[in-house]
Amino acid sequence: MAEGPILIREQRYHEIKAVLARLRMDSYARVVVLVEKDGQQIAVHGELGDLDTTSLASLAAGNVAATGGMAKLIGEDEFPTLSHEGKRESIHISVIGRILLVVVFDERSSLGLVKLRSKQVSHELSAVFAAIERESSESDPDGSLPFGEITDEDIESLFSQT
Amino acid sequence: MTFINYASREINCKIVYYGPGLCGKTTNLQHIYDSTAPQAKGKLISLATDTDRTLFFDFMPLELGTVRGFKTRFHLYTVPGQVFYEASRRLILKGVDGVVFVADSQEERMDANIESLYNLEENLRCHGYDLMKIPYALQLNKRDLPNIVPTSDMVTELQRKGEPVIEAVASSGSGVFDTLKAVAKQVLTELRKT
Repeated sequence: MAEGPILIREQRYHEIKAVLARLRMDSYARVVVLVEKDGQQIAVHGELGDLDTTSLASLAAGNVAATGGMAKLIGEDEFPTLSHEGKRESIHISVIGRILLVVVFDERSSLGLVKLRSKQVSHELSAVFAAIERESSESDPDGSLPFGEITDEDIESLFSQT
Repeated sequence: MTFINYASREINCKIVYYGPGLCGKTTNLQHIYDSTAPQAKGKLISLATDTDRTLFFDFMPLELGTVRGFKTRFHLYTVPGQVFYEASRRLILKGVDGVVFVADSQEERMDANIESLYNLEENLRCHGYDLMKIPYALQLNKRDLPNIVPTSDMVTELQRKGEPVIEAVASSGSGVFDTLKAVAKQVLTELRKT
């Protein structure tokens, strides 16, 4: 593979969750999701209800990838923000390096406020993700990764569970 | 790219089904979706045209169980097979952990298989991946049809590196889970290297 896995340790995860909680409160948003550009959900916070955030993450990444492709066709690097306004619910997506900040909001908030608050936390999220990438590239310093010990039996038993 | 979350004890991997138009990529996903318990899967998202041809991608998350205390979730994607959706196909390969190439066994589709396989290698290279190193399985689909190429000829033409070859009839489900298992095993084996 081109790159190794991304490892999100508990401390970083809680740092991200704290930023998302603050953003959600300050922007009066319904749900805030942090997504890696390839479509993997990193963390989520808010009134989830029956919202399928895994699919939301995948589609948001597809959306950004498609509009990024269009941007390149017209000579832009990418479009740093995307907004979709519905009758009741809206979505705002900010591209922050390799991560996407997806904010779902309704009439309790406004696009202007969500844009402002998203921008205000973007540096913080960017710094945390940079730390995650750095830690992911280091070889397991505290020996806490159990995957080196995965046996063929472990993998077989995984499939017998389905 | 595999995501390992220590807080939620989850491993997330991305597997892409690749192949020429109408080879049965979406049918593979549809069968997995239909045969999996509700608690193990999310929604099957299909971004398709009005005539049910894949426009951008199909997507479904599938939870297999736990390994070493971590929930393993595979994110399954298909690419649009039609030649003119090249830009979309390339985008979907970004961050891939494993690839399934679905070949159409019908004689008249052999050229399309070969073209699509070269296209896969090229698009992987665009993202810095090498087909020879990435977890990979070859599925020979539509083995129930009358006008098919013999398995040995397909293997000679399409097998790249001794990857697992699975004969399948995706419309009835035959070989679908064997294919998924073949690629998922390789992806999990890669984790040993972390």
